[in-house]
Amino acid sequence: MKKIFIITISAALLITASCKDNDFLDIEPRDVVPTDKMFSDPALVLSVVADLYQRQLDFSGLDNGWASFVDFSEAYPSENGSAFFVQRSNWGFSEWNTWDYGYIRDINLFIERATASTALNEGDKRRFIAEGRFLRASYYFELVKRMGGVPLITNSLTYEGDVESLQTPRSKESEVYDFILNELTAIKNDLPASSDTKSRASKGAAFAMMSRAALYAGSIAKYGATTPSVTLPGNEVGIPAAMANGYYAKALAAADSIIEGKAGSYSLYTSLPNLSDNFAAVFLDKSSTNHESIYIEDFKVGTNKVHSFTVNNQPYSRSEEGADAGRLNPSLNIVEAFEKLDNTYAPIPTTDENGDPIYYANQQDIFAGRDARLAGTVMLPGSIFKGAAIDVRAGYQNAAGDFVSSGNLPGTSTSAVGLDGPSDGLEFRTQTGFYIRKYLDPVTGSGRRGRRSDVAFIRYRYAEVLLNAAEASFELGDEGTALNYINQVRARAGLTTPLTSLSFDRIVHERRVELVFEGHTLFDMKRWRLAHRVWDGQTMTVADLKSNIGSATKHNTQPFSLWPYLYVNPGSPNNGKWIFREVKLSRVTGANRFQLGNYYSQISDDILSRNPKIVKQPNQ
Amino acid sequence: MKFKFHYIILMALIIMAASCKKDTFEPPQSTLKGRLVYNGQALNLEYAQVPIQLYQSGFGKKGAITGTAAQDGSYSFLLFNGDYKLIIPGAQGPFRWNQTTGDRDSLSVSVSGDQTLDLQVTPYYLIENAQYNASGRDITVNFNINKVIIDANAKDIESVALYINKTQFVSGAGDGNIANANMAGTDITSMNNVTLTATVPNLTPTQNYVFVRVGLKIAGVEDMIFSPLQKITL
Repeated sequence: MKKIFIITISAALLITASCKDNDFLDIEPRDVVPTDKMFSDPALVLSVVADLYQRQLDFSGLDNGWASFVDFSEAYPSENGSAFFVQRSNWGFSEWNTWDYGYIRDINLFIERATASTALNEGDKRRFIAEGRFLRASYYFELVKRMGGVPLITNSLTYEGDVESLQTPRSKESEVYDFILNELTAIKNDLPASSDTKSRASKGAAFAMMSRAALYAGSIAKYGATTPSVTLPGNEVGIPAAMANGYYAKALAAADSIIEGKAGSYSLYTSLPNLSDNFAAVFLDKSSTNHESIYIEDFKVGTNKVHSFTVNNQPYSRSEEGADAGRLNPSLNIVEAFEKLDNTYAPIPTTDENGDPIYYANQQDIFAGRDARLAGTVMLPGSIFKGAAIDVRAGYQNAAGDFVSSGNLPGTSTSAVGLDGPSDGLEFRTQTGFYIRKYLDPVTGSGRRGRRSDVAFIRYRYAEVLLNAAEASFELGDEGTALNYINQVRARAGLTTPLTSLSFDRIVHERRVELVFEGHTLFDMKRWRLAHRVWDGQTMTVADLKSNIGSATKHNTQPFSLWPYLYVNPGSPNNGKWIFREVKLSRVTGANRFQLGNYYSQISDDILSRNPKIVKQPNQ
Repeated sequence: MKFKFHYIILMALIIMAASCKKDTFEPPQSTLKGRLVYNGQALNLEYAQVPIQLYQSGFGKKGAITGTAAQDGSYSFLLFNGDYKLIIPGAQGPFRWNQTTGDRDSLSVSVSGDQTLDLQVTPYYLIENAQYNASGRDITVNFNINKVIIDANAKDIESVALYINKTQFVSGAGDGNIANANMAGTDITSMNNVTLTATVPNLTPTQNYVFVRVGLKIAGVEDMIFSPLQKITL
């Protein structure tokens, strides 16, 4: 009893004593940094802005997974679980949509807090605010490409019991583009004008985004006239044709600013003597000699910021991770689009004029005399990767003319089919006869899951700026200037005979081969209003594939393969040579069909019912 | 404490009996069906390409119940009884529908029990009197084109095409035809006698019949209008 009394008394004393001083319990949380502290130290602000950089949206990205590169018949997915890419016959209307106003709110809050900060010095503060506005413009660009005109929210919203005042209708498509251009114009001088600033916003990045955004707006204004039903009465979708030239002029001016060196010294990458290796190195070289890349998403081995692109897509025979390999297989469609060195288009020559097969002493001879970007973008059969040649062989043809893909090569213990395939349905090896080379990291260990790769993803580069300038000046009627710009890009690729005249088809073709697998395909086809003509849902035959190369409206609905066979016929002069066949893989059952309702992605019913002021997309 | 097994069984039985009572809603049971018609004649469309949307207000969030018209212009919904608004959205379908101003108007539909509702639409064009003629593996078709809308809303013909397929789903889509013959609208000399010929490729597995239709693409309209489906024995 006595014990209980003592305990009670001391507990009561403790409680009363500790209640006295309230500040004793009022400690600062250790896991949350308060806003005023956060915006007092540039190192802390940098960590906030790093989070905003990390949340940028890309269409194709090295950390979005290999499958973000595979669509539109430019490649075949050599992973049977992803065969839907070539089996579907249309895209859902909600495909490619985005509506991340949480991200925009975070950027708006960041800009407001950085503006309100008094502890930062003036230079840091201006750069941080400019970066916030750059990222906001970048996301609005991403939104307007996919959704058309969207509500423009430029400050953080606060709920005060009235929902209706927070409901903002969609702006016109042109107003969103104007917002992006005005923002970038306003901040460009607050950003560093140096070609060494690549992973953070720079003046060059601002100009590059301006030229691309203005070019998109200009071409939507001009070519939108060919699809009058892809518009809304309030111009939330569609830009009046009269505005086209104004946008083209802005695109040209922004591109010229970079070309004239106003944002730092940018130039085409020409460090290596072999033009194909040089083109591949544009994407691999992160050193200060690379003045071509303007704005990149950087990665670093040894941190969490690494990607599996090389793991997923390395050649099977050279794999460092067993069967985790070989997924992204460029198609024959894109391979044959690379023109010959005399500036003409031609299919890959598998047969002569009589329909007889052509025999090649080496596998790569069939690709001889083509644009150097072909071997820089695509790993051709017999290419060297990580010290040895890849082994691409579909089988052999015997003296009787039969194609044999089982057993061994006659008289040897080598399997008829190469280690890298191709064999229809054999996943993780090439099935088209090609592997991807762009971004594929040649560093030892890059193909291991434990290490992975730190090759950067280039969002904006100088070659695109030149092509933007070429297209804008062509559309403005200045063919001479346009030729000057486009010929620079072509000369770097080994096409040293300059073009003397330019056409719309040439520009479409040049962007396709230069920028393939960089996330441009869909948006380029959309802004030119070519998507519903190129992806028209018609199945393709080999004859279709080989005709009309270089035409902007050539349909491209199914990926094809090019399979090399060894000719085994002792006694024939062609014994031991290679023949090639075009193949449509058995899984390619769908045909890309882009409907008018796909031009602008669906705004979900959930968003529409939360904000009745938002109008629906056309043709859905 | 000692567990008694029969108590546990008893408790479980009580819970199960209580929860079995009413745990699901009645499924919708009223059928709303009909066709897209012009002058009492159903229009032939591409399978699943012309959407028909129903809206029912008063349940909080707003969203459409979307169905699509079948190849022969028919549609059907299974619904709860109630009041709905029916609309064929945007620029869908090779026809004009319920349109007094620039936008399409919706149609009030009151559903109570099964009912049939034909939707009256005005197609831009109709394909009439399609006569098929098979010789060997060549299929020739002769047909007339009737331009229905001739006022300010009239549209040109972009192209006409004969489509041949192994199955009865016949259209311009990739899996909708195994052979086709196209003619641009500008090459049509007489609307009363258009001829197209296509050759049926070898079929695996072999079958001695094919299905054919003629489709007409209207300039500026995505959906095509077709002639009635025909089965042809080779």
